[in-house]
Order: sequence, then structure tokens, then C-alpha cells
Amino acid sequence: MRTLLKLATSLAGLVCLPVMAANIAIINATVHTMSDQGSVQNATVLIKDGKIQQVMSPTPALAGYQVIDAKGKVVTPGLFGAYTSLGLVEVGASAGTVDSRSEATAISHTGAALDVSYAVNPASSLMAISRVEGITSAATSMANTSQLFRGQGAIISLADNTDPILKGTAFVTTGVDNNGADDTGGSRASLWVSLEQALAEADYALGKTFTPQTDWHGITSVADAQALAGVVKGEVPLLIEAHRQADLLQIIALKKRRPTLKIVILKATEGWKVAKQLAQANIAVILNPESNLPYEFDQLAATLQNAARLHEAGVTVAIGMNTHNIRLAKQHAGNAVSHGLPWDAGLAALTINPAKIYGVSESIGSIETGKRADVVIWSGDPLEVTHNAEMVLINGEITDMSSRQSKLRDRYLKVATDKTVHYQRP
Amino acid sequence: MKIPTYTSALLVSVMGGLFLTGCSESESPKDAPVVINKDPFPSTYKPMKSQPTLITNVTILDGIGGKIDSGAILMVDGKIQALGEDLSAPDNAIVINGKGQWVTPGIIDVHSHLGVYSTPETASHSDGNEATNPVTAQVWAEHSIWPQDPGFNRALAGGVTSMQLLPGSANLVGGRAVTVKNVPNRTAQDMKFPGAPYGMKMACGENPKRVYGQKGGPGTRMGNVAGYRQAWADAQDYKQNWDRYYADHEAGKDPKAPKRDLKLETLAGVLDGEIIVHMHCYRADDMGTMLDVMKEFNYQIGSFHHAVESYKIADLLAENNVCSSMWADWWGFKMEAYDGIKENIPMVHAAGACAIVHSDSDQGIQRLNQEAAKAWADGKRVGLDISQADAWQWLSANPAKSLGIFEQTGSLEVGKNADVVLWSSDPFSTYAKPVHVYIDGALAFDRNDPSSWPVSDFELGQPGEGDSK
Repeated sequence: MRTLLKLATSLAGLVCLPVMAANIAIINATVHTMSDQGSVQNATVLIKDGKIQQVMSPTPALAGYQVIDAKGKVVTPGLFGAYTSLGLVEVGASAGTVDSRSEATAISHTGAALDVSYAVNPASSLMAISRVEGITSAATSMANTSQLFRGQGAIISLADNTDPILKGTAFVTTGVDNNGADDTGGSRASLWVSLEQALAEADYALGKTFTPQTDWHGITSVADAQALAGVVKGEVPLLIEAHRQADLLQIIALKKRRPTLKIVILKATEGWKVAKQLAQANIAVILNPESNLPYEFDQLAATLQNAARLHEAGVTVAIGMNTHNIRLAKQHAGNAVSHGLPWDAGLAALTINPAKIYGVSESIGSIETGKRADVVIWSGDPLEVTHNAEMVLINGEITDMSSRQSKLRDRYLKVATDKTVHYQRP
Repeated sequence: MKIPTYTSALLVSVMGGLFLTGCSESESPKDAPVVINKDPFPSTYKPMKSQPTLITNVTILDGIGGKIDSGAILMVDGKIQALGEDLSAPDNAIVINGKGQWVTPGIIDVHSHLGVYSTPETASHSDGNEATNPVTAQVWAEHSIWPQDPGFNRALAGGVTSMQLLPGSANLVGGRAVTVKNVPNRTAQDMKFPGAPYGMKMACGENPKRVYGQKGGPGTRMGNVAGYRQAWADAQDYKQNWDRYYADHEAGKDPKAPKRDLKLETLAGVLDGEIIVHMHCYRADDMGTMLDVMKEFNYQIGSFHHAVESYKIADLLAENNVCSSMWADWWGFKMEAYDGIKENIPMVHAAGACAIVHSDSDQGIQRLNQEAAKAWADGKRVGLDISQADAWQWLSANPAKSLGIFEQTGSLEVGKNADVVLWSSDPFSTYAKPVHVYIDGALAFDRNDPSSWPVSDFELGQPGEGDSK
């Protein structure tokens, strides 16, 4: 039966929508597919069995679909948190569960072996708080190991379920900036030699069988060397944090020495100075476009134009480096657009580009036939600070739009005086 | 909304001097009484050269709730000379047709550490926390300020015309804060907002107990509160000693002046109503405690800063006449920030309390209009329908009131300082940018003229000098 559910303009109206797996048709929408299909006006998005079936205009007959009228609304792929520690940290400082930091352990000499797949908590309050703002998937990584590598990161879904991992051991992170140097010998002179050595040991370990009796005198542990196998084979992206021009050129040189490496640069604050070389070397960038101050001496040429200049040169740019407030990635992208990045590229930086960077664009990052139906209906331009997500679908299911924060808000919006607040449950 | 007004410290200082001069001429001539100079680091700020400027054809938010759809503003000799719909320009005026553009008062950030925690963030630039004792009321932020911090110019490009620079929050009492014009020059005094009263930074909660827990305390919230109360009790005693000294002197006795104590002098300045307390405080219960400490020792808290739980006690804050300086959506980075919600600012406003959007960030200070826009939109979504004209109070008028400079700036009213921003479009938007920023009528930032952009000493001769930032 055709059910017509008008997309209510009030949040309260949306919250009341039934949550059920069904075939869904979003109609009358402005859809930015982020696929070759581009943007489609008055479009219908058909969702079947949790996948995108088709994006089309005009509206076909819709027997068997739950219909959502998104007239006047904007529809995009769910946003992809490009670099976060979601699921690994509840409260960072002096409190809470924190799996995003580690100290030295016997298993790892350089941090490469650490694997966040075991640590992601889908019940973390950050999940719902981010999901209701349109974040449907994310790369999650340790933030700090004080070692050469920040372990193996994962791609996760923010669906409200018990199995958040979309792709484990999805990437390995290191850094060749001032902090990276501090963690490995205090100098880039020791850091880079260590990095080369770790990769060489990973080469050596490929295809070998190790037992506790095996002789091994590497600077990496055996587990580290094995964890880097995917990196040296070019199957697993190596994320390298770097800011200054000189360090970026060293990374480009590394890529020339090891063409198989799939390198992604984090931050790339002075990336605009070597934008063409990055594009030629096919090195993508994940950045915070608002970072325009010389926080360290390796970030002197920071500018709000960085994202625009990199994009202009042909570099794939992703935006979204935060954890508790990864929901602000859309504002960051909007500010990149405000400083020269084309709007489409701003939205791509939040969706299809990170999906491509992590090798998961076959399933997420765009609204395209056969992909997971991770879709957001926005009140308007998602890059505009005054617009918000009104409905979030993950894997074809309409998600609950409440969070711990919305409950706190609702409790205190109208405080009754006849009972204490603890008795007032929104 | 009631907001306390503050007398200028400078004014009090001058009047005190006159009064005391009168004393020394009483019937029993003695040595003149000891007069403490309350302004030993006077402002040397001079407005930059300005030309009469008329901006026409713009949407104006006057910052105190008024909106003019097709308005004009005339700035002459550093002041707002006229505001209205049809204004004529003096002969020598620059006339700007701002069709499609908006004009607002300059943004005032009540919470910045620019200059005291400058970029680059080297240890050498870490000058914001005198974390050597939990009560350091004797230190003054202005003695840490590095006017070459590149952050000042970034904030200028975001429309910030004045700001309060504070010590950090490691201490129960962190020291004196200072209000500056965003016109950095060679010395800190060159920036000081003429006539602005001093602020005094205090901090609730986690930070002091974390910093001092292993250093002799306080190590708990109850230890924090004991620390504030003892400091106030000591200040009361100090103030009484000085009051007695002046009374005795006036009575013709020959009293010995008390020994000056710079720490207690600042605290006594608060008790005298000359220095405004700005208190870092996240949790509703911490703020509730401090409201009673405030009453116990009879002083006024100008504003709770960060105040992520103000929405829980907005009625109490309104009753007690205390502002809340807030972020739009920061939360969770520490336990006392765990209950932060996006509707905090509009909920405080809707309760009739004084709401302020602040940054505490060299990034946030560049986009405070967007922070207000988010809060405004989030409020609207839950039925708190506040006009843009009213919401702009969060960015200019309320900060100015909480800093004691509202008579001079913080709104577009005839006779006030011409601290004005011309925006490319509706500033409640990601895409709006300041086109012109005027400080005392002088064009301090012109987005369309890169050759005019200010560059700090630090950035001269470095990669990216003069680039679009």
C-alpha cells in the first residue's frame, strides 16, 4: 500500500515517523547525488532493501513504497566523517572511556599493530549526537599513541546497531610534522629513517610465518610489521600528517620511491604551495579548511584558501577532522566554499571524496544505484549554518532523531515546578 | 533583561584622587594620604585616521533590537553621526552604496587569549596561566600580551573590533583581564580600550582542582570554594584596613598606611565595584554555588564564561543579573562540558537572562557571527523565535555591557564609537564575510584591497606573508 507521509516542517513531526525497514521513496527533492548523475531537481530517490534503487525525475508510480515528500528540501548522501575518533572516546580530558590514546605495550614498538576495530563502542553518546546531524559513517582512528604510527583505523557506520565496523584495518596513520618528530627521536632526521625502516621491515615480513621462536630484531615488533603488510602492498591507505611545504615534498618523494603506496595527507596546511605536485602524484588530502594560523613553525603559510587552491589543482580534498563535533564538518566545508571552493566540491569533500580515499566508494559516499541507502534530508543547503538535517536514513532505515542532547534540551525547555527535574523525562 | 552597569575604573580613580586631595586640606594638616594610582599602565590608544564615511542602501541591525531594511549610516570623526533611511553625505565623505549588504555593530569577544597564548604556540608564548598559586589576583593579562600575535588580524577579518583578553583558567583567581581595541600596535598599552574597567578572571570546577590537586590543593570542588571564600575574606579585611586608614586620616589622626598587597588590591577592587568578575564556570551547580558566594561577599559577577549548563538555571541567572558567555555547540571535551546543548544560548535569552556569544578560541573568534547564527537557528527550530535584530545583542551589546563599555560601543547609536562592520550579505550565514571593518570610524580592514591588510611583525618575511588569510 502506498503510504503518504508528508515531511513535516517541525522536528516534532519527524520524530513521530515510524521506524521500519521498508521500501522508501523520497519525492520532490533537490538531490545532490554526488555521482555522475549530478544534481537532480524534483527528483525521486527510490530505496529498496536498504540500497539505492534509482534516482529519477519525474516521480514514477510508487506502489509498495513508503513515500516521503521532501518538497523544498535538499537531499544528499549521508556525510562521512573523514578523520575522527568516534566510538573510541566519550569524554577526553580527565574522564570517561578513552580508547583513542595508548601507552607503549609489549605487542607494538611503533604503534602500527594497534587496531581500533576492537575498541569501537556503537553505544557511545557521540554516535547519536553526530548521526542526528547527518553523519552516517566515519573513519575512526586513535588520536595519539606517542609512537611512529597511530595504529590501524576503521571505517564505521553510525547506524544504531551493534556492528558498527564497515571496514576494519582500513588505514594506518603516521605523522611527519613537528609532533611526529617529537614522538620518534625528536627530529625529522630520526623520524624519516624510522619510517623507511618500518616499511622495509614490513616488506621483509610479507609472506613469512612467524612463531615465538623466530629470530626478529626489527625496530618494529612482528605484529607491527605484519600490520603494515597492506600498506606496503598498496591495499591499505597510509595517512601521513604533515603541514609544511618541505615535509609535503618529502612525502611526494616517498611516493616516487614507493609508487605502490596509497598515500593520503592529513592537514596539509601548506599544501597549496605544492598543489600541482600532489595532484600529479595522485595524493589526496584530508584537511581542516579553517586552519589559517601559524600554530607551529611548520604552518606559516596557512590560509583559508588552501582547500580551494588544492581543488583547483586537481587534488582530491576531504573535509572533517573532529570527534565530538564532527557535526561541524559541514560548516567547515561551507567556509571553504566561502573562500573559493566550488559548492559541489565542498559537498564532495564531505561525502564521495572520503569514501574514495578509504576505498569504500563502491558502497557509500553517493546516492547511486546499488549503494547503501545512507541519505540525509536537509532543511536547505547543508553547508549553511542555519540549516540542519531533518531526516537521516542509514542502510535504508529512517533513524531516530533524538539524542542525549535533545533530551537534555527538552527536559529544560519547560521545567515544571511541582516535581524536581529528575522526574521530568522528555 | 537587566544588566549591571559599571563605573569606569579610571573615573573612580580620578574621583578618589579629588576626594583625597580635599582631605589633605582639612583642619589638621598632615602628610598627604597615600593615594594608589589605579591606572599605572594607561592606554595610549589613538584611533587611526578616518574619513567621514556614509554607507547607504544596506540592511542595518543596530545591535539593540532594531532593524532598518534600507538604511544608511554616517560616520564622522570616529563617531556614529547619523543612522536612518535617507542620509546625506558631507562634502568630503566617502560614500559606499552597500546594496545587498548588511551593517552591524562591530563584534566584541568577551573571552579571548590572543596575545597571552599567541601563535605560534611555542612554550615561550605560553603566558596565560600563572599556575604557581591558586589565587594570583596580582597578575595582569596585559603584562603578557604580545601585540604581534597574528590572531588579532584574523579576528579583525571576522569583524571583531574589541575584545577582552583574559588570563587562563588554571587558577581559582587567575588575575586581571583587560579590554582592548582590535588595533594591535607596538605595545599592549597601545591597544587598551580607553576608560574600560578591568576584569578579573576566576575559574570554577575541573581546571583548578586538576592543576593544584597534586600541588597542595585545592583538589576538589569543595576545596575550590574554600579557596574563593578565603580570598574574599582576606580582601574584605584588606579593604577595611584601607578604609580605616582613609577615615582616620580624614579624622585628623596620623595613621600609618597599610602595606600594599597587589593580590588583595585587585580583589578589593572587585568589592569596591570597580573591577568586574568574569568567571569560567561550566556546570549549573557550580554556578549556583558561586551566586551564593557572590552574595556572601557582596560583589557582582559580570558573566559566567563557557556556561554550558546555563540553560538549566537560566531563571536564576536572570534573577541574579549575571550574563552567560557561551559557545554555540562545544561539548564533551571534559566532563563538565558533557551536558552542552546547541540551544543553550537561545534558552538563556528566552529566559530573560543576558546571553553572550564568546569564542575562547583563535578560530572561533573569526566566525562569531556564524556561532550566533547557529544558536539563532537552533532556537527557532524548538520554538524560540528570536529576531536576528535581537540575537545580535549576543555579539555586541551584551558583551559591551558585561565589559562596562556599553556607553562607548556595542550598538549603532548616534554619538557612539563608530565600531562598525559592513557584511557581504546577511551575517547569519556561512557565506557572509566582513567587507569593511571600521574601528572608531577608521577603515581597519578592507577585504577588497589586499595591499591594505594588516600583517604582524611575526608574519613579515615568512611564507604566506600578506596572503589571503
